Amino acid sequence: MSLFDLKLQEVHNRLRDKELSVTDLVEASIGRIGEVDSKVKAFLTLDEEGARAAALIMDKQLANGGERGLLFGLPAGVKDNISTEGLRTTCGSQFLKNFTPVYDATVVNKLRSAQSVTMGKLNMDEFAMGGSNENSSFFPTHNPWNLDYVPGGSSGGSAAAVAAGEVYFSLGSDTGGSIRQPAAYCGVVGLKPTYGLVSRFGLVAFASSLDQIGPITKNVEDSAYVLQSIAGYDPMDSTSANVEIPDYLSALTGDVKGLKIGVPKEYLGQGIDPKVKESVLSALKVLESLGAVWEEVSLPHTEYAVAAYYLLASSEASSNLARFDGVRYGERATDAGNLLELYHKSRSQGFGSEVKRRIMLGTYALSSGYYDAYYLKAQKVRTLIKQDFDEVFAKYDVIIGPTSPTAAFKLGEQVDDPLTMYLNDIVTIPVSLAGVPAVSVPCGFADGLPLGLQIIGKAFDESTVLRVAHAFEQHTDYHKERPQL
Amino acid sequence: MSITGKDVEKVAALARLDLEEEEKEKFTVQLNAILKYAEKLGELDTENVDPTSHVLQLTNVMREDITRESLTIDKVLLNAPDEEDGQIKVPAVLE
Repeated sequence: MSLFDLKLQEVHNRLRDKELSVTDLVEASIGRIGEVDSKVKAFLTLDEEGARAAALIMDKQLANGGERGLLFGLPAGVKDNISTEGLRTTCGSQFLKNFTPVYDATVVNKLRSAQSVTMGKLNMDEFAMGGSNENSSFFPTHNPWNLDYVPGGSSGGSAAAVAAGEVYFSLGSDTGGSIRQPAAYCGVVGLKPTYGLVSRFGLVAFASSLDQIGPITKNVEDSAYVLQSIAGYDPMDSTSANVEIPDYLSALTGDVKGLKIGVPKEYLGQGIDPKVKESVLSALKVLESLGAVWEEVSLPHTEYAVAAYYLLASSEASSNLARFDGVRYGERATDAGNLLELYHKSRSQGFGSEVKRRIMLGTYALSSGYYDAYYLKAQKVRTLIKQDFDEVFAKYDVIIGPTSPTAAFKLGEQVDDPLTMYLNDIVTIPVSLAGVPAVSVPCGFADGLPLGLQIIGKAFDESTVLRVAHAFEQHTDYHKERPQL
Repeated sequence: MSITGKDVEKVAALARLDLEEEEKEKFTVQLNAILKYAEKLGELDTENVDPTSHVLQLTNVMREDITRESLTIDKVLLNAPDEEDGQIKVPAVLE
């Protein structure tokens, strides 16, 4: 049994009993990365030196019997749009290929306080725009279950690194499904917390009203540990919610008796692969056998979510990405005669195709004469989508559906068809627009590729979402399967 | 409503992007497809619907106006592509 098959709690016990050292864990991680990352390509930047140094300090602490943090000694990976002081942060973009942040994101500080070991930075679609990792301007990441397939995106590196056993857990960011969809494609657990629960300070912004950082882990218990460590109010983020953080671990009771589940008919209708539908229905049977009840419900505005999302997310992106002008940081074009040319050339050389496309869409949607028809309209549709969720949550504890309409697709298969690519996010996007939490847990396989079950909860009710996911996981073995690499 | 190559040029200028001829053609086709898909939103009557600008309905965030330490000049300049005498250098703005 590999160290990476251990649950976080088991690792802690072995550290406590001196059967393991943090150095053992970090060396195992470095060894595994050396063994498989040339195939998976999850890492953009590896920090072996920093990880080894951190391990030595923690081992000393262990010998002295000091306090141990919640994530003590655990090798972790961080998506490359989260700032790490002194460690290159590229956002998967040539524009930032040599950018070194001068401060840590709040979540990175929190990982440090919880004493996990950062192994490095993980590949992603450029500026988190994409659902396949093919938009990384460095190289695509491969799905550990079948290297010809995409790992999903935009947190594809974060999901693949965990699935391949390279790191114990990772952080991703989710704007329209970018944690949940790659978690589903790679057969791991991905949690998008309620908007505002986890600080976005130090996360390079894509669409500020939607972006949220969350954990990717091998099992639900580990997800609760990581969430416990990173959630909480941050005065540095003006959209951070000042709410009390519950004990997520104590929520994992295994009990779902009497729990009411709504299953949106729109999430199992047209465009959903029959194998995906079948896996969701058998998952519901598992929960039913544990005493939960489910009924079909409707989220009638689902079919409008993708259009609203792409207008809103692109508009916010066009505004957020205006800061990349080649003046203060990032790649500067060398052949510019004046300042305006410097902006134009630096941006045109630095950004990839998908990023340009979204900046163009957003700039258009926000431009004079079109604002009302596109941006404002989309904001109003967002209200209708949120109301759909409010109505269902008035009667049900959670909403359950698939995470993605299909399993992972082949590399290169959809790359020239942005609209089809956007429609892959049909079941994750409405959740993002409503700002509520959702987790993807492994619930089956189709042709050897993992499938994900999406469990959606009320705002700030991560406890129930994790409780249901955990109960399901306790009665299935999908999360124990490992890809052969 | 469909957008033309000229519209794409105008938007590119607003977004401070230079597009190659090939890119311009590709974006015209793709943006038209995406905007045509977005016209779907027109099916919904949203006259009496308020726009959602924030899902959590947070009120304005205020803090005390206290001076704090800011980034040092060294840190600010760490990622600057060009610098001189503790300042970031750019091409001349005025002739």
